Amino acid sequence: MVRCFLIHTVCPVSALSAGESRLLFSRVFGPDEGVLTEQHRGLGPEERRVLRREKTAVVARQVRSAVSLSREASGRPPVEAVPGEEALALQEAGSGAVRLRAGDPFPEEMSALWLAVQSLGFTLVCEPHENLPLAEGTLRNLTRHCLEHLHMLGPGSEVLLRSDRVDALLSRLLPHGQLLFLNHRFAQSLEKEVAAYMAK
Amino acid sequence: MYSHGSESLIKQARDIQEAELKKFYRRLAKLLQGKELGHEAMDSLQRLHLILSATKFTRTLPAELQKGLLPLLSSPVEQLQLLSSAVLRETLPLSGEELNYTQEDVLQLNSHTAALLLSQAGSRADLSSLCAQLLRSLESRQSDGPTHSLMQTLPILNTIITHSPECLTEDHLTLLSKKIVDWLRYASITQGGGASSGGFFTGPRSRQPVPTAELDGTVSGDFFTVLCVGQGFTDDQWMNVYSFSMLRHWLLTYHSVPSGSTIADAANRPQLSFSLSHSHSFSNDDRSEVDGSVVSMVSATSSSSRLLPPKERLREKAFQYCLRLIEQSDRKALKRTDTELQKACLVEAVCILDCVCVEDTSLVYRTFPCVKALFGRLSSDLTFARVLLPIAQFYLNHGEMAAVDCESVWKLVFGRFPAELFNSPFLAHELLRFLRLNLESLQLRVPEYTRSFPNLLKFLAWDSPAVVDDFVDLLPSLVTAETAVELLHTMLDLPCLSATLLLQLRSTCSPISEPGGRGLLSLDAFRSASLRGLFLYLLRTEAGSGDTIDRLSTLHELLAEAADWPRVVQCAQTVPVLLHIFFSAVVMIADEKLSAHLILVMLERSSLLLNIPTYIKEIHRVFSCHLLRLCKLRPSLVVDQSHELLEFAGTTANVYSKDEIYTHVVWALGEYLSVSSDSRCSVRLITSCFEALEAVLFEITSSAPPPGAACPVPRVITTLMSALAKLASRSHDLIPRVSLFLSKLRTVTRGGSVAWCTDEEDLVAIVMRGEELWSLLKTPGVAQSVLTPPPHVTTPQWHRDTNLSMPLQLRTLTSLTHTQ
Repeated sequence: MVRCFLIHTVCPVSALSAGESRLLFSRVFGPDEGVLTEQHRGLGPEERRVLRREKTAVVARQVRSAVSLSREASGRPPVEAVPGEEALALQEAGSGAVRLRAGDPFPEEMSALWLAVQSLGFTLVCEPHENLPLAEGTLRNLTRHCLEHLHMLGPGSEVLLRSDRVDALLSRLLPHGQLLFLNHRFAQSLEKEVAAYMAK
Repeated sequence: MYSHGSESLIKQARDIQEAELKKFYRRLAKLLQGKELGHEAMDSLQRLHLILSATKFTRTLPAELQKGLLPLLSSPVEQLQLLSSAVLRETLPLSGEELNYTQEDVLQLNSHTAALLLSQAGSRADLSSLCAQLLRSLESRQSDGPTHSLMQTLPILNTIITHSPECLTEDHLTLLSKKIVDWLRYASITQGGGASSGGFFTGPRSRQPVPTAELDGTVSGDFFTVLCVGQGFTDDQWMNVYSFSMLRHWLLTYHSVPSGSTIADAANRPQLSFSLSHSHSFSNDDRSEVDGSVVSMVSATSSSSRLLPPKERLREKAFQYCLRLIEQSDRKALKRTDTELQKACLVEAVCILDCVCVEDTSLVYRTFPCVKALFGRLSSDLTFARVLLPIAQFYLNHGEMAAVDCESVWKLVFGRFPAELFNSPFLAHELLRFLRLNLESLQLRVPEYTRSFPNLLKFLAWDSPAVVDDFVDLLPSLVTAETAVELLHTMLDLPCLSATLLLQLRSTCSPISEPGGRGLLSLDAFRSASLRGLFLYLLRTEAGSGDTIDRLSTLHELLAEAADWPRVVQCAQTVPVLLHIFFSAVVMIADEKLSAHLILVMLERSSLLLNIPTYIKEIHRVFSCHLLRLCKLRPSLVVDQSHELLEFAGTTANVYSKDEIYTHVVWALGEYLSVSSDSRCSVRLITSCFEALEAVLFEITSSAPPPGAACPVPRVITTLMSALAKLASRSHDLIPRVSLFLSKLRTVTRGGSVAWCTDEEDLVAIVMRGEELWSLLKTPGVAQSVLTPPPHVTTPQWHRDTNLSMPLQLRTLTSLTHTQ
């Protein structure tokens, strides 16, 4: 299962300190694991929510750090794609996987797959036994749709004001965190539904 | 992309004032009371969601507003369902108003409400009841019921069993096993959505259902799978996709390993902290399935399996599904995305087969020919590298049992993959994870593993930040007595390897001669026939061909310009950390001889490192720490290696260029060159050591430092003085010489500043130390006990010491017997 899907900054943000990342969209799937483990049983729903938020913040920070180190190492100048060039932006996007050790921040070890498009990162946190090639493909697909339907290459803030679109996308392509084996026909069918939603 | 506009929106949402927020809540609550909800309501809901999710602290909504939101969850407009679910997920439920769905409602349970229910679940009981309701609706479902609610049943169940597998009862498991078998194996093989092959002249009555097709366009000849396409799809075909998508997780959760198995593959075991009450003690008497021949039409063997209980039947169907996927993946897909899907399906199929074979080992004989054939098909194509890793896992788990030769697999995993795919981040991640999870097994069964570190370290040299964490776990297993020295050399030259890999890539990408270009000295060297051998040594794939090369300094010179390449710098930053791990591991297995060899390597390499500014300093620091550690563990090493240590300590230049190591070497000499450490320590040895150190001390305190060098670090001087005093305390003839020097030192420094020490305070400290030692040496007997304490002082025995034990015993008895 995918534990969460995040969209966050991977560029310096003036209001934040150096290594921090601003979360623009965060969706955690499934029940709160804190409810079911001994460790956090004493916490109320409010505290659990704070804990959940902090966990996603930790993931975003780690990915941000991985992205900046990766970009530094490759030494390639960043490609500035404009709206309409989503395919190019995706092609030029850096990608990688971060190992999240058990306890940091999830109880079990997780793999955080990331795709960095200019100043934003798209991250999928997967469980260890998950099919990573499938997860990578799903992440690319999700990113492409987000870039297109939310016009993310432009200066707008639709990702903040139209977050329901991302939820709609996730409910089709990653329902409750389930990765799906979709051949092009199944994918087309789902994408048609998504496009119909976006058109409203 | 991320603009000031977005940043200010978030800021506004976070900083909204209480009064304004209350006004907003009231307005929204009013809007929601209206019959038709238009754009204004939608936008307000969006804004509300932004406000709630912008901070990590939870805001509670007024009851009136919450009550207005709840009905939206079942609105016919999806956007309202979505928005209300998203908003309610970000806030706390009103106590007593938690969602509770009755049976009828569950039939209309849409995906977004389910998401809310899941996130609000407060206990296992909540999840169990949701499960029960979902399954009840599944069972009693009419065939023309809404599809959406059916399709999300499996994902919801899957997420619940991830966290809490025992939410499903025995009956549930049986029901679901049966359903999944139906969906996987018996989904319709004709295209849905009203597609037909009817031509121009055919009427509605003669419309024939069109069969589904394979990815290469040919008509499907066997049961439906995720790799079949059609114009439209029927419900059960959709369920086929959803079932397969969760199949592996299902098998891992409920088809546990039979007791007595020795498989150490933790990757395929979820970390369950409670015992599974549903793990059946599986029986091995499925005689009908023990059939060694491979059938090309997979479904032909299915006739006998109808008699199996549901769990075993699911296993059998999963098995067949996977074999069919493997067969289907050999077809050339017409679309690129489908090719990628085929690869993902291969990975999944092999993993499921592995899982199923672990559960029922009799299946291994049916499976291996297929997996072996797959390996043969893919092994020469590096684009399938990520598929070959699960195959390697399969071989590791079952190869021994099937008596199959796995050598070609390991040649690939430890040979070609690191050598040629070191720069693929995902392959690196997966390969290193594979190693980590199978460490014990690999060390036991695959001798190539420990010899392959020159190759495996290429992942680290290329992308240190991403994989250093994995190597922290893997490095100890790579440390063996035979290869420890070579490993040390390799690690010290990791930045060079990093540079070489960059050159290798650049060499293949760019033309032989860049017209008018600047050209890199190192690249030319890499391509030149005479120097190539140096680089090829670094790029070797296996250990055992020599600890290091003679012309290492030449190599360092050639790579001097690489010292500021980002990748090389990042690599250099991780080496010290890993060296600490290396030494901690090697100390456990090193004998006297190896320890001595390591000390010599450290001394030698301290001046033989790639010249990256902080790198050399950091390495020296690591060396100092571990040199001392080795000497502490085996004090006789100092006497043993006294010749080399003295050579090092007697070279004045080392004071200036390697002060950290120098200090520690001198300290070790002073501390351990004594009869109590090793009986072979003669007076002559002590004297020659003394003379060597004395000469250096004279030299550095008699004149200014050589041009270009800074003043010697004060600690070097004091350490030298202390060492001389210690040596003198063991051979009293030397005491007058030391005392003379110390008193001369005092005289010289009284005259004011000296050329070899610019800091006033440091000079005072040095002189003070000198005076302490001088006065101590006036009474040689005392000096000896202080400077060369006998072992029983430095290693106290506590209760084992007859002198100490009696008082301790008495005290203990007293405290036990006294009643107060």
